[in-house]
Amino acid sequence: MSNEQVFDLTARSVRELNQALHDLNGTTTGPQFKVLNAQGNHALAVGIDAPLDVEIDGHVGYYCAGMNKHARVTIHGNAGTGLAENIMSGVVRVKGNASQAAAATGRGGLVIIEGDASARCGISMKGVDIVVQGSVGHMSAFMAQRGRLVVCGNAGAALGDSLYEAEIFVRGTVADLGADCIEKEMTPEHLSELGALLDTAAMPFKASEFRRYGSARKLYHFNIDNADAY
Amino acid sequence: MCGIVGLYLKNPALESELGALFEPMLLEMTQRGPDSTGFAVYRDPAAAGSLKLVLQNPALDFDWAHVAASLTDAFKVDVDFRREHTHCLIRLAVGEGALRAWLAAEPRPFSVVSIGQHIEIYKEVGLPIEVANAFKLKGLQGSHIIGHTRMATESAVTTAGSHPFSTGSDLCLVHNGSLSNHNRLRRKLEKAGAVFRTENDSEVAAQYLDVQMQQGATLSEALTHALADLDGFYTFTIGTSDGFAVLRDPIACKPAVMAETDDWVAMASEYRALACLPGVKGARLWEPEPATVYVWGGERAAAGH
Repeated sequence: MSNEQVFDLTARSVRELNQALHDLNGTTTGPQFKVLNAQGNHALAVGIDAPLDVEIDGHVGYYCAGMNKHARVTIHGNAGTGLAENIMSGVVRVKGNASQAAAATGRGGLVIIEGDASARCGISMKGVDIVVQGSVGHMSAFMAQRGRLVVCGNAGAALGDSLYEAEIFVRGTVADLGADCIEKEMTPEHLSELGALLDTAAMPFKASEFRRYGSARKLYHFNIDNADAY
Repeated sequence: MCGIVGLYLKNPALESELGALFEPMLLEMTQRGPDSTGFAVYRDPAAAGSLKLVLQNPALDFDWAHVAASLTDAFKVDVDFRREHTHCLIRLAVGEGALRAWLAAEPRPFSVVSIGQHIEIYKEVGLPIEVANAFKLKGLQGSHIIGHTRMATESAVTTAGSHPFSTGSDLCLVHNGSLSNHNRLRRKLEKAGAVFRTENDSEVAAQYLDVQMQQGATLSEALTHALADLDGFYTFTIGTSDGFAVLRDPIACKPAVMAETDDWVAMASEYRALACLPGVKGARLWEPEPATVYVWGGERAAAGH
């Protein structure tokens, strides 16, 4: 097997590409994959379960690199809705912008977006680390449960609405915080943890430039004072 | 779901290729809307004082000559007509008020699809490829074009319930989403004199914009008012005789992506529908912001105003 497999999607189908990737699931090594002419196709490189390198040339459609395990997937373009949805591990990097619900429900691994991410970035995240070099849209980290969302630009309205235990770091401005999301103290531990994550993601910013946000934990239990609202 | 696509040419040299550039965009949205398909093309304007009228009857041998003869009798003018599959394009020198009064005077054996100086709408139940072929989309010339592939949610799969919707002269709207206050808004607009042809929520949005513009609002102003008055989920693309606009609701659940070059502006539900356009690799590419009005052109006042 050669060291590089090239898939030109003008000549071969998305199904062929994903089957070739799935054939290597469970292995510990494999060829490098290069995907040409992504043309906005959906569900590219989903369900990988092997430490493969996949380079995708062009803009991708919905759910690219969804459910990823172990693989390093790089998109040389923009990504549509649901990038790296439910990612388990590995690294997904987008050189351009990502559309809505990037890394939604992600359980582990790292998602790096070098441009902006739009609304609901990291919605219901459950352990993934997300680093956005640009800004994120409204309702980002909505109902986030675990993991870290790092925004090097600005955050849109209702950041961290109904947040559980994920951590949010924002370098720029926050339009407003969602229900039960509050600013928290940046301790030395947080600075060192964030600094390491910024290094891993190769972001040219210092941890000290960020502010930290998290859950006020007021929505965990029913409050009898709110009974009249029902 | 539903698919929306629109193409507005900035470079008039491309007008002869409008249909050929647009057809692959529409076909790419087949999976988002296989129930019915339609498009509004802006082209070949009627002379001053004249109108273009598009009518529909499902019978492929419907006697359109008889309809043309009735119009000649009624208005004492020459009536030019051309059958296009289940539709008929009619041109005649008549005022819009008089024409609408004639159409409404008694039950007619056809439905009215569009009326205007520039607009022609063609829409039918069926897959995008079937509708594109039936109306020879690929060969169409024009300045801008807006299309829709429908997956029905709020009302029946019929020709009348297909998009684009046009309620007034030259304005059309395509919609991905569902409005939650359309019944109340419909009653309000009916009190103001609006006449509805369907139970469809998107027709209410078209009628709303039309009423706004008939009252003197510009396209941009009408859309700004829409943000306050329309409740629900929507990504709209709107065409007027010389304008092209996009609007998303503040939650922005329904997708939209735009691209612009020196030659054209294009909108689609998904990027893959734009991937076929010439020069898209160098285009400015962005996702329209929620609750933000995007308008190109639209300098001309509403007809009849």
